[in-house]
Amino acid sequence: MDVSFILIILLFGAGATYFVGDKWASKAALIFSFAALAATVYITYLFSTGHKVSSMHLWIHYPTVLFALQADGLSLAMALLTTALTPIIVFTSFGNLFPKSRSFYALILFMAFAMVGTFLAVDGLLYYIFWELSLIPIYFIALIWGSGDAKERKKAVIKFFIYTFAGSLFMLVAFVYLYQKRHSFLNVHLYTALLTKNEQIWIFFAFFLAYAIKIPLIPFHTWQANVYQKAPAAGTMLLSGIMLKMALYSIIRWQLPIAPFAAIQYKYILIGLSVAGVIYGSILALKQNNIKKLLAYSSLAHVGLIAAGTYTLTIDGLRGAVLQMIAHGFVVVGLFFAAEIIERRFGTQEISGMGGIRVQSPKFTSMFMILVLASVALPGTFNFVGEFELLYSLAQANIWFAVIGGTTIILGAFYMLRMFQHVMLGEANIKVFKDVTFNEGLALVLILAVLLFLGIYPKPVVDFITPELEKTLVFINRFNK
Amino acid sequence: MDILIAIAGLGIICLVAEIFNLRKAIVPVTVAGLLAVLAFVGAKIFSKNPDILGLGFDKAPYYNMVTNDKYALAFSALFILLTAFLLALSPEFHKGHKAKLSDFVAIKLLLLTGAIAMISFTNLSMFFLGIEILSISLYILAASNPKDVKSNEAGMKYFLMGAFASGIILFGIALIYGATGSFNMLDINSMNRDTLPTWYGIGAVMLTIGLMFKIAAVPFHFWAPDVYEGSPALTTATMSTLAKVAAMASFFKLITTLNPHLPGFLTTINIIAVLSMTIGNLMALKQTNVKRMLGFSGISHAGYMLLAFQFLDLSFAQGNLFYYAFAYTLAGIAAFAVVLSVCGSRGNEEIFNFNGLGKTQPVMAAVLTCALLSMAGIPIFSGFFAKFFLFNQVLDKGRMILVIFAVINSIIGVGYYFKLIIAMYSKESTEEKQPVPFVYSAVAVIAILINIGIGIYPELILKLIR
Repeated sequence: MDVSFILIILLFGAGATYFVGDKWASKAALIFSFAALAATVYITYLFSTGHKVSSMHLWIHYPTVLFALQADGLSLAMALLTTALTPIIVFTSFGNLFPKSRSFYALILFMAFAMVGTFLAVDGLLYYIFWELSLIPIYFIALIWGSGDAKERKKAVIKFFIYTFAGSLFMLVAFVYLYQKRHSFLNVHLYTALLTKNEQIWIFFAFFLAYAIKIPLIPFHTWQANVYQKAPAAGTMLLSGIMLKMALYSIIRWQLPIAPFAAIQYKYILIGLSVAGVIYGSILALKQNNIKKLLAYSSLAHVGLIAAGTYTLTIDGLRGAVLQMIAHGFVVVGLFFAAEIIERRFGTQEISGMGGIRVQSPKFTSMFMILVLASVALPGTFNFVGEFELLYSLAQANIWFAVIGGTTIILGAFYMLRMFQHVMLGEANIKVFKDVTFNEGLALVLILAVLLFLGIYPKPVVDFITPELEKTLVFINRFNK
Repeated sequence: MDILIAIAGLGIICLVAEIFNLRKAIVPVTVAGLLAVLAFVGAKIFSKNPDILGLGFDKAPYYNMVTNDKYALAFSALFILLTAFLLALSPEFHKGHKAKLSDFVAIKLLLLTGAIAMISFTNLSMFFLGIEILSISLYILAASNPKDVKSNEAGMKYFLMGAFASGIILFGIALIYGATGSFNMLDINSMNRDTLPTWYGIGAVMLTIGLMFKIAAVPFHFWAPDVYEGSPALTTATMSTLAKVAAMASFFKLITTLNPHLPGFLTTINIIAVLSMTIGNLMALKQTNVKRMLGFSGISHAGYMLLAFQFLDLSFAQGNLFYYAFAYTLAGIAAFAVVLSVCGSRGNEEIFNFNGLGKTQPVMAAVLTCALLSMAGIPIFSGFFAKFFLFNQVLDKGRMILVIFAVINSIIGVGYYFKLIIAMYSKESTEEKQPVPFVYSAVAVIAILINIGIGIYPELILKLIR
């Protein structure tokens, strides 16, 4: 049993979900996404006990493309994040009655397939194919099942698609260019390709364009808030919870080891740009009245910090980034789900139209409170571990980066708590707020359990990812002697 | 040669069948016949000895009139496959038409012989015969709706332009003959380029210009949108898939064997390629008529295919061109099958006809989506691999700037391909559901499955030539 098994389950699941029909689609999707999670956990177990779980086959002779999937600490951690979040995302959609639900759930599974593939692939072209493939399902999910005015939604979604597609095409050119050097797309071969400094710089920025648009970093972020707001909850969760991490992961897996010279050369500019995104996102989040937009901008701030951490090129920065990716994945899914729960009852995303929930629904309020606190990285939650390491790595680069980046916690606390205040507290509204159903509660409890458990005991994750990150760091620092 | 004879024979059988009133059998028989020929071609490609029937055709290849190399055979196979698809679509399309079905079928079969002659020639006169057979069949097909002014206009325009282009080609061939004293490509290829007189190069340039007309590359493209829009939809499908690729493939073969050592020749082709891509795409962005849009998108695809001239290794370039042609034409056939089924009864091909297709005809909408995604170059569809192989080849030659242009054009392309996808999935249909004729959906689904299949396993196509 190797890692391709996860992909097979998800792909087969997507097909099966489509064919069982609208009535059973949601259940089938849940079963298959759980099966994929179980497979991933089992493979992780096999991997940690020293079994060979990578998979490699020749796909195309010339140009040589390998169907190469590699399991290591980094890729498996990200695959686990994906397969753990997918059942939760499927589960959260149970409360919505979508038209054509079989297509909807099939697309979610297909997207999970593409994303897991992106994380596992170590052949550049295969990676690129999965990377692009993940774009199609989210495009349709946002287009067909999204909310709000159809015309504006179309505009937002097509902008998102063209932006990301444009960015990744330049990445493809960079890959093909690298192929000319080594006649292979395999990552370890590309790492050791002999590149002049100029070549490294432009390859670095071709990758950067793809990743900066997807993460997104300013000034490439303009698609984000609108798409987050217009997409259905599940789509937003997929985008913010997992898809962004594809880009952050790719920085560590591809961009930095392939063009380390450029990474060192432009280190401070890149960190500066990312940290600027932190401040920018936080300030915009302060002014939002739409809850999904607020969460989108807060997400912009958090991923900006993660990107800054990766560009510090230190083990703390990389490890903090991976930890924070996982933590942010869970917490952002939880928060968007909470927003969805409120929207289901109040029928609005506007914060001014909410309030008085605490009086009517204490259970939901306390869960939401913990999510908010996790989001602002309160010690004891998993987010604290990641954020702490990230800030520490920024301090190693330059203390002022840490100081400015640290304001994300202060500003974050400010806008998140203010949002909490407006949404939850206050007099009981005229509108009735029913307490969370069992399904909704279960999804939230699962997310909280992960966040709190890993917050108190992050060691297994840290131990799992560190060796691979150290290996990558050797490649990154080969010019830094 | 045996392939040509077999297909021409099928065409004649078709006409005879009409006399004996066997109208219903025409299309099934010809399609089956074409598939048999296809199997025969396939056997030829994979066998060591191309003369598998033992008829001796290939040992004495008709005084070097035709050749059976892998390039010619592979493209012939593609043309036969495309014609089989186009024929399968015909009876439904011509249902209400007064003229006899056998005429259309026979003309398409003759068109196919022209296309195969164009690709498997060794003698320039054979090439000219091929291009004329192909063109004349297309003139007839373009004007085959005599009561429609637009169809008449299309036929006339195409005829005038095409005849002019043929004249230029003929003049070019004459000049080449004057310079070399031979029509035979093998002889011409082996001659020393430095001793040939100047008009050899001029002849090659005239051939290039004439074929650019047929391919509809910018700046020789002005006829294309009007002709594509005016012709009956099935003819447009033929022109933008079969005819375009046939002209492209024979152009590639001509130039690589004539090999004119002209300064700036390849640069000119590169400029034409970039212009075709860019102008085709920019014009397509503005169109509201789907046939016209696909016409302009075809111009931009011709631009991509012209990139194949940047190569280090000829057989790889041939393989890449073949793959691109395969991917593009199959996506085109699938798209046109959907366009036919949606617009067949409505008399126009405006985009709003496609509104809400995702709800009313989910399968057809899915096929059209896949076809458009393939043309846009989204992975796993073969259109992506086609572009990828070309990019790889061009970068191998070190022409980064061309790849950048191609990439920017891919981004522009997404704009108009997605206009159609958005119309299908996020607009409400204005009309009630209509049943799709079985052949349309069958052709569309099979074409797109082959497209995806060669995307998942590109080696299947690549190893036919390499």
